[in-house]
Amino acid sequence: MQGSAKCIVSLDNFNYFRAPITTGTSVLGITFDGGVAIAADILGSYGSLARFRDCPRVMKVNDNIILGAGGDYADFQYLKDVIEQKILEEECLDDGFSLKPRALHCWLTRVMYNRRSKLDPFWNNFIVGGMQDDEPFLGTVDKLGTAYLDRHIATGYGAYIALPLMREEAEKKPNMTEKDAHKLLVKCLQVLYYRDARSFPKFQLATLTRDGVRVEGPLNVEQNWEVAHLVRGYL
Amino acid sequence: MSSIGTGYDLSASQFSPDGRVFQVEYAQKAVENSGTVIGLRGKDGVVFAVEKLVTSKLYEPGANRRIFNIDKNTGMAVAGLISDARQIVETARTEAMNYRAQYGSNIPLQFLNERVSMYMHAYTLYSAVRPFGCSIILGAYEADGPVMYMIDPSGVSYGYFGCAVGKAKQAAKTEIEKLKLADMSCKELVKEAARIIYLVHDELKDKQFELELSWVGADTKGVFQRVPPEVFQEAEKSAKAAMEDESDSDTEDM
Amino acid sequence: MALDVASDYYNFSGPKTARFNPYSENGGSVVAIAGDDFALLASDTRLSADFSIYTREQSKLFRLSDTTVLGCTGCWCDTLTLTRILEARMQMYLHEHNKPMSTPAVAQMLATMLYYKRFFPYYVSNVLAGLDEEGKGCVYSYDPIGHCELSTYKARGSAGALLQPLLDNQIGFQNMENVTPEPIKMDRAMAILKDVFISAAERDIHTGDSILINIITKDGIKVEKFNLRRD
Repeated sequence: MQGSAKCIVSLDNFNYFRAPITTGTSVLGITFDGGVAIAADILGSYGSLARFRDCPRVMKVNDNIILGAGGDYADFQYLKDVIEQKILEEECLDDGFSLKPRALHCWLTRVMYNRRSKLDPFWNNFIVGGMQDDEPFLGTVDKLGTAYLDRHIATGYGAYIALPLMREEAEKKPNMTEKDAHKLLVKCLQVLYYRDARSFPKFQLATLTRDGVRVEGPLNVEQNWEVAHLVRGYL
Repeated sequence: MSSIGTGYDLSASQFSPDGRVFQVEYAQKAVENSGTVIGLRGKDGVVFAVEKLVTSKLYEPGANRRIFNIDKNTGMAVAGLISDARQIVETARTEAMNYRAQYGSNIPLQFLNERVSMYMHAYTLYSAVRPFGCSIILGAYEADGPVMYMIDPSGVSYGYFGCAVGKAKQAAKTEIEKLKLADMSCKELVKEAARIIYLVHDELKDKQFELELSWVGADTKGVFQRVPPEVFQEAEKSAKAAMEDESDSDTEDM
Repeated sequence: MALDVASDYYNFSGPKTARFNPYSENGGSVVAIAGDDFALLASDTRLSADFSIYTREQSKLFRLSDTTVLGCTGCWCDTLTLTRILEARMQMYLHEHNKPMSTPAVAQMLATMLYYKRFFPYYVSNVLAGLDEEGKGCVYSYDPIGHCELSTYKARGSAGALLQPLLDNQIGFQNMENVTPEPIKMDRAMAILKDVFISAAERDIHTGDSILINIITKDGIKVEKFNLRRD
């Protein structure tokens, strides 16, 4: 009797659950004619507290891969270190080959799936962008290892707010230029800033074309609160 | 040769009566048979040059390289058994990786040298293993300037301004000593390095060789890399020209 | 008795937290129909979770050999993992035996692979379609832990329960009077296939966008695309 009671206690205490602590919100990714672009704001939220205001979460991996991350910032930083070490080791080999986006995307899928299978996931959404065989590549992986490719991808709140805007625009304009893509991303970030309470008006924008990688930022979301005083019903 | 070992040369774990560890000395002999490798440390960087002996015309060009990247800013040139050397390269890369994982920056060459030296030394202590049949030169460009170390099979290491190992190390060292290393830039050193390798190469004994040149310094923004093709060709050309001059003056003297 | 009080006390585990759920339901439907000398396997191309559409162009069919195709829906991360291992096993078999694996052999192997993870299952429903060693069409279907059944037609996935009864009636001739059951012809199979998916897309939010149909015959595998509603 005592034994079984103890057993329950110890089982119960083994309520192993890891929650994200410092988090980043949506990440947006888009392909255009001859390249890809990924954007995300630079806020590190602590629950609902806007705690860290300079958390870059869009990175250049190498000359043909860019990566954006949402979710737990510590998990992202850890994987960032691992990826950077991978790239370094590869450069050391000096054999003229470099990692391609599909390979990194697939690797991330395995890493995420392995951790979810240990019931100790990396709490992230990743968007991988790059050029593969001279075609734009855009893929995503979530904390379970769920992975897919698409021409437009948005994670977190972006999946609800930005993705419909992106799909609508793509329907109108199937062959977007780099400029169109940038404009669309900035528009989406603006709408997200108005509606997502965990977002921030400063963001980073990574662009990858045949000419190489550009990571710009922090850039600012244009804001206009003129209509704010018309909003009623919250007082 | 047969009389010097007299039974004390079968194991690295035993001294001879006069206080030597023969296995280590034999390993050093293995290094002395290798093509010459030199390292030059100037005012703004480190240059490595290797006389890679090509023992068969059937090999692909560029095979079995003797200069390796260890980290972004760190390189290693090796003399001796290439397969032994590759294991050292692997170890050094792992050490660099561990240091980065712990402290988030490149491993300072002083500590990398310490760790690799200890690793090589450990293989001179036990009967079950043999020492590494290679010497290595480590070079890097750090915040307070260029640094270079050389480690021999015994695990002994020193910091150097200029160093040479392999077949013609004596001749190479004599040439290096003539240089004012502390005042020289990488661009000048590359030419000197190529010249020295061509100079000490013994055409009668070893017919073919490939020149390998790598550097790290202010010009490469602290990245260890192979010397770019234009610079390489120029250095090789002037090395060959210097050889011509030399042989011309030789005939004049006669 | 005192013990019971104590155990109640210790059983209190603080504020409730939602446990991490390693599975997700990513929707999608698969239908397979086998005839005398062919097999059809079709899946929709919508990948979704709850009320979000992840992508509209994700095939859920995996070509394992020239005579065997697998349709796999459910938890997408498990699908990815399972099919990747399966493809590796196909390669290993090919290299060992110098011939591709037959459809019944794949069917058996798949059952073993699923059961291997009996206590942490792949949360997927599989339909394996192809030609057997005699060149006859066959359909194998599975539950997530490796139960395997051979049949001539099957619907699985998020709209599986919606479609199966229709297939039972139209292809299996169940509850029909004065008919002699006969093997289905390719034309009719294709027509039914498209119709059932159109119906599924009407009622199941996780099925839609388009379907990819793999037509497996002795001459190889042809792929056909057919659009569904995208809302």
